[in-house]
Parts: sequence; structure tokens; C-alpha cells
Amino acid sequence: MKYIALIYMDPAKSPPPESPDFSKMMSDYGIATQTYKTSGAWIAGEALQPVTTATTVRVKNGRTETMDGPFAETKEHLGGLYVLDCADLDEAIRYAAMIPHAAMGSVEVRPIWTIDRA
Amino acid sequence: MSGDGEMVPVVEAIEQIARHDRGRLLSSLVGSLRDFQLAEDSLQDAFESALVHWGRNGLPASAHGWLMQVARRKAIDRLRRSSSLRAKSDEIAYLAEQENRLAADDDPDPIGDERLKLIFACCHPALDRKTSVALTLRSVCGLRTEEIASAFLDSHEAMAQRLVRARHKIARAGIAYAVPGPDGWAARLETVLASVYLIFNEGYASQGGQHIRVDLCEEALRLGRLLVALRPDEPEIEGLLALMLLHHARRAARLGKAGEILTLEAQDRSLWDRAGIAEGAALIEQALRRGRPGPYQLQAAIIAVHADAPSFAETNWMEIVCLYDELARTGANPVYELNRIVALSYVEGPAAALARLEPIAMALLQYQPFHAVQADLLSRLGEVGAAAVAYSRAIDLSQSEAERLFLQQRLEALTGG
Repeated sequence: MKYIALIYMDPAKSPPPESPDFSKMMSDYGIATQTYKTSGAWIAGEALQPVTTATTVRVKNGRTETMDGPFAETKEHLGGLYVLDCADLDEAIRYAAMIPHAAMGSVEVRPIWTIDRA
Repeated sequence: MSGDGEMVPVVEAIEQIARHDRGRLLSSLVGSLRDFQLAEDSLQDAFESALVHWGRNGLPASAHGWLMQVARRKAIDRLRRSSSLRAKSDEIAYLAEQENRLAADDDPDPIGDERLKLIFACCHPALDRKTSVALTLRSVCGLRTEEIASAFLDSHEAMAQRLVRARHKIARAGIAYAVPGPDGWAARLETVLASVYLIFNEGYASQGGQHIRVDLCEEALRLGRLLVALRPDEPEIEGLLALMLLHHARRAARLGKAGEILTLEAQDRSLWDRAGIAEGAALIEQALRRGRPGPYQLQAAIIAVHADAPSFAETNWMEIVCLYDELARTGANPVYELNRIVALSYVEGPAAALARLEPIAMALLQYQPFHAVQADLLSRLGEVGAAAVAYSRAIDLSQSEAERLFLQQRLEALTGG
């Protein structure tokens, strides 16, 4: 089964770049990614630019409207994702727990809906 | 034409099977269908079909085999009717093949016991505890949705919704229908045991209330016995069952004349069920001999020590303190510490115990028993005013009328006497 792990983080709580904690975090991300690749679970994994670079697109009455943001009330923003192939939810949870931001923010694990193309 | 005289025993027989064997039938069906909702629906179809067929022809030779076979056929029907037929054709082929194989088999008991898998799926940590408890009661114990709703004081619709969402999540989120392997075992077992104990406590706490609830304590005991039978070498399962048996054995002594909850000190020990205590005590001894103590075993051992004492005054407090020490080593928990302090107060006196309360006071500020313990220690020291204040705080924090009544009586005895 394919799962997506959506990584939510509060930028204020993440270690600043060039701090020792930051390089520790990055090497932990490296270890997680390597683990997924070695076990064959890895499908994709990306980090996102900060939420200040985001643009929200909506189509209203046929017209495209754009907006800066989202600036949700919550402090945690989507910061990255993995797509992993796992046997079941337990395995997906075990992998998600290896993501450094599981300890600093939160990781939402969701199965990917395989649409019947019949 | 069948008369009413024949119909009644058939209805009764079906109800009895639904009551006693639904969990076993359902778990076996989930095992072969790999779909919780489909299994539930198909089994329901089979029961309804039984009402018609058995009402007409009488009970079949193997009622269970009949129900399983019909349920599997109903599942195939349901899959055929569903919209994405192409996507389902593999499943239908698999089921049909299984159906042929099983029909050829004349195994007298074709239904293997897969309830352990069902319990682990229902109590998966990705479901919230209330949902796990509700789903376990529905799927493993076979309680009706209305019964579960009334046990939780929820509306029928809300509970039905909760159960639908839970089955949906099990299917869609890929919650495994399997007994976890060694690496996940301890953590997963913990949530199973916590869910069963929650069912027990829900029933136990409700006994003083006005609400008539289904006998959840009995269901929890049934589940405990089932778990012991399915996994006989796991001492924490035995510990939980022993703990529930020992609590349950004291049920007749728990409430006073006015319906107030009675502490151990105030209980009439002649009302304790000696057979239940003996069963629980034997079980906990057996569990502890395995040499892998855990929180449920230790809590059961503590109650067993209490049960062994002819009177409150003759309790072996030192042994209880030692057990609490060991319990604290399984994980820091201020509630364990509170109970340890109570036991210690009978060894080293109330003044020393009172001083020990301070470090856990912050953590237990909103916990009624903390204030009740404080009040009791203060009153044993003769500090009536301070004790009264602590009792009042405990009364404010009480969750049930039975607790409130007891604390009120203590407060009145203190200030009136």
C-alpha cells in the first residue's frame, strides 16, 4: 500500500540553519531517506520552500484568483513529504516516526487512494 | 407453514449464536474477506437469511457452517452488485475458489479462531480509545449498537457513525488484520489490554450511577478469558484478568446503604466473593511465576494482598509498599505514587505520608482521590479544619454521585463529630 507522510513544522521551532542542531536534523533526514531506499519503501520525498513562498489558487465563476499564503491560524505548516510503499499502517507509522519533524512538529500519515481506472 | 411454536426456538437459537459466536464467526469472515465492513454486512445478511430458512426447515446440522457459507455467498453477491465490478473481479474469483474448497472440506469445525487478529485490529493505536472500545464490544463481544450507545450515553446515530468510520479507517488506512510480530508486540498488546480494562472500568464505575448499563464488567471478563485462552503464555494478559477478577469479587461490598462508594477500610469483607478472589489470586501467582512482571500483574498482586487480609488493620502494608515500589519501576505515574503513599501512611504514620504528597501535588491537582487522601491524612493527624477544606475540594472534583456521597459523609463525620 502507498502512503504519504505529510510533514508539518513550526518554522519557529525548527533549528536555524548552520546551527549544530540543524546539521544533526539534516543527517537524521538523510538516515531516514536511506532507510526507506534500502528497504524498497521509498517512492518520493521532497522538502518544500517556506510557506511564505506559497500561492493559493482558486477558480471562481471561471476566473482564476490567486492569493498569498495559505496563512492558516495554526503555526504548523506543511514543510515536506514522503511517499512510501508499506505493507500496512504499522510499517508506515514506524517509518514516519523516523522523520526528525515527528519529534519537533507532526507527521500526518495517510494512505494514497488508488482510483479504479476501470 | 410453520407455526409460532417452531419459530420461537429458531429465533432464540439465532439470538444465542449471535450473542456467543458472533465474534468468532465475524473474525473468521474478516480473515477471508479482508474487509471489515463487508464481513459485518454479509454476516448480518446471513443471520437474516437464517431467520427465513431455519424458520421454514428447522435448524441445520451445523448452524455455524451454514452461517459462514451463506455469509461468504452474500459477500460475493455484494461484491458483484458494487459499482467497480472490474476492480473486484479478482476478489470474487478468490472467494468463489475458497467457497468451492471449503464446501468440499468436511471439517466439522471449519471456523478457525481468528479472534485475536480481530481484537488487535479493533484496538489498533491509530484508533482513539473510545472507538476501539466501541468496536471491540460490537465486533468481538457482539453487543448491539444500541447497547453500546447506551453504555456510553451516546445517541444511537452517533455510535453507529463512529463504528462506520472506524471500519472504514481499518479498511482504507491499511490497519493490518494480523497479530503483531515481536517488534510491535509489547506496544500493541498494551493498547489491547488498556481497551479491555477501559471496558471493565466503564462498567465498574457505572454501578453506583442511576444509569442501567449493559454489564460491561462481564464483557471485559469474557474478553480477558478469551485473550488468556488465545495467548496462554503472556503474563500481562493473566495479570489483567486477575486484576479484573479481584476487583469484580469485591463488587457486592463497594457501595454503602445510601449508595455511597466505600473505601477498602469501610467495606464489609464478608461480602467479598471468595471464589472470585481465589481464582484471581491463583491466576496472579501463576503469572508472576513466569518472571516477567508488568503493571497489570503488580496491580493485581496488590489487590490480592488486600484480599488476603482478614481485616483492614491486619493488611500486610510492607508487602504492598514493596509492590508499589516495583510498580513505579515500570513507569513513573503519580497515581501509583499516591497509592504507595497511602500504603506507607500505615507503616510510617500520616505525618510522614503528608510530606510525601508535596512532589506529586501539581500533577494531581485536578484528581479527586489526591484531595481525598490528603483529607484523610489530615484528619488522622487531628487537623480538622485543613481536612475539611481538602474534603470540600475532593467533593467538587467528584465524577459520580456515589463518590460525592461518600466524601460528604466523611466531611460530616469530621465536622459534626
